[in-house]
Amino acid sequence: MAPILDIKNLYKNYGSVEILKDINVAIEPGDFLVLVGPSGCGKSTLLNCIAGLEPITSGSIDIGGRNMTEVSPKDRDIAMVFQSYALYPTMSVAKNITFGMKVRGVDQATQDQKLQEVAQQLQIEQLLHRRPGQLSGGQRQRVAMGRALVRDPKLFLFDEPLSNLDAKLRVEMRTEIKKLHQNLNASMVYVTHDQIEAMTLATKIVVLKGGVVQQIGSPAEIYNRPANLFVADFMGSPAMNLIPARATKNGAGTQIEITREGAEPLVLTDTHAHDLPEDVILGLRPEDIAEAGFRAGEDVQTADCMIEMVEPAGADTFVVSHLGGKQVTARLHAETSALPGKNLSLAFDLGKVSYFAPDNGERLN
Amino acid sequence: MTDIALNTTHGPSRNWGKLALRWLLFTLLGIFALFYLMPLFVMVTTSLKSLEEIRTGSLVAFPREVTFEAWRTAWSGACTGIQCEGLRPYFWNSVILAIPAVAISTILGAINGYVIAQWKFKGANLIFSLMLFGCFIPFQVVLLPMARMLGIMGIAGTIPGLIFVHVIYGIGFTTLFFRNYYVSIPQELVKAAKVDGAGFFRIFWSIFLPLSLPIIVVTVIWQFTQIWNDFLFGVSFSQAGTQPITVALNNIVNSTTGVKEYNVDMAAAIIAALPTLLVYVVAGKYFIRGLTAGSVKG
Repeated sequence: MAPILDIKNLYKNYGSVEILKDINVAIEPGDFLVLVGPSGCGKSTLLNCIAGLEPITSGSIDIGGRNMTEVSPKDRDIAMVFQSYALYPTMSVAKNITFGMKVRGVDQATQDQKLQEVAQQLQIEQLLHRRPGQLSGGQRQRVAMGRALVRDPKLFLFDEPLSNLDAKLRVEMRTEIKKLHQNLNASMVYVTHDQIEAMTLATKIVVLKGGVVQQIGSPAEIYNRPANLFVADFMGSPAMNLIPARATKNGAGTQIEITREGAEPLVLTDTHAHDLPEDVILGLRPEDIAEAGFRAGEDVQTADCMIEMVEPAGADTFVVSHLGGKQVTARLHAETSALPGKNLSLAFDLGKVSYFAPDNGERLN
Repeated sequence: MTDIALNTTHGPSRNWGKLALRWLLFTLLGIFALFYLMPLFVMVTTSLKSLEEIRTGSLVAFPREVTFEAWRTAWSGACTGIQCEGLRPYFWNSVILAIPAVAISTILGAINGYVIAQWKFKGANLIFSLMLFGCFIPFQVVLLPMARMLGIMGIAGTIPGLIFVHVIYGIGFTTLFFRNYYVSIPQELVKAAKVDGAGFFRIFWSIFLPLSLPIIVVTVIWQFTQIWNDFLFGVSFSQAGTQPITVALNNIVNSTTGVKEYNVDMAAAIIAALPTLLVYVVAGKYFIRGLTAGSVKG
């Protein structure tokens, strides 16, 4: 199938400042693409470029197989939901939703019919005569989505649509957007700085930093095989443990040595051979370190570690230890017997390990 | 708990102090109000007296016999130089001068402000600064170049010429008002409307103008007061027959022969000031609301 959105070699400069550098992304119809990164990484600018609200410096943008690089926003067959919702304050909800159709000269009967459909779908029928100022945050969010839905576009664009909502409502709306995506089977591009939103919604994630694409992949790929230290650290909460270590070849496997303050170095054996330099950074997610006896498998290695802190979080208990000069967090089961200041035998699942080069941060395995 | 106890023991004395302070405050405010109302009082009473009574009576006394003769004279009989038609023709000159000048400068200011605040282009800030600078150029500086311009355009000494002058001079202020009002409106509104397919004027007309009532009122009051009360441009760029009311008022007061008709002068001054007063009374509450609209959200 032809990609619904195809961005090639996109550059965007403001004067001499490069905001976006050599962006290449393509998505298939029905994909949910999430652009994620810290603030100032250029993700919103990229979305505005896709919408045609910002001109690009070089490169091309195809939507639905047509080159849209020079086309004005209204002719790109897109709909956009903004962070501040951007509802027209003096118009009623109904007028807000139908404004685009009115501008394009759609006849009144079609307008009314589409308005009813969308209002029903989003359950905002009883709000149609109110002004945006009389709505709550969640209701405004729905109206903004209604304005996008009524357009029935090739591509939906969302610019941090949930960031103005409180935590509980945000989770609700997140589920609703996901449901909407599944029901409509629509193609969506979604900008967020929240990595949990990215993981839960996306079929494809683009991680951006400083205007450069760090990694493109499915949520599982991004989570399990981060391309570099930045992605490893940015995605996942609590963050991946990144521990400086020394690697040496050991027969068919690799021996990993991690220094410890005031104790013998921790030595682990990875049964897989890797072509590693001597100095590496070992990455292991908190859930890949368990209490000994609770994790089995051929790649699991156990070692005694000094526990510094125990943080019960209900479903799990997080314990913090110190390895290679770094804090290391492990996710244990809720009824763990771990006590601060005591040794505990931890199981490291080396089947899930990532290795990174300390100098440029790139993934090694 | 402690508060209630304190109140019962020290309550009465504290209340007396509060009351005394309040009385002092109101007395002082009353004195100030009287002080400011005094000239108006003298003007109104004098305009209702006959010349005979003005000569013999006290300045601050109520009229013994109320007569509207002075008002009639001021409106349709007082002499400005050699003509004796009163203020009436000049009043209408001012009306047909002020209404288009206010309307045009307000519309241009709204469009300018909309462009500068919401359609940022290269050099927008520079242009805005230059327009602001225009607000502070003293009238006297522009008199000669403006006279030359009006001559070249062939509208010297006409009412359209005066409208032109006031529109040019007013654009700086009206742009400032609208720009400051529109700059607080999120830019995403324009983006959303662009995606919806609306163009430059459609967005202005359907989204921004309906939001603008408070600032339109502020601008209209400001411009109307400026243009109606203007004397320098009026006296410089008009000729017999096109003079605005302020110039005519000056001529009436200065061109009496023999006895000075204070009652007519006072009546004429009140007539000249009435329209601006009326505008404040009708739209005053919007004025305050509009002025504070940008600073305090809500």
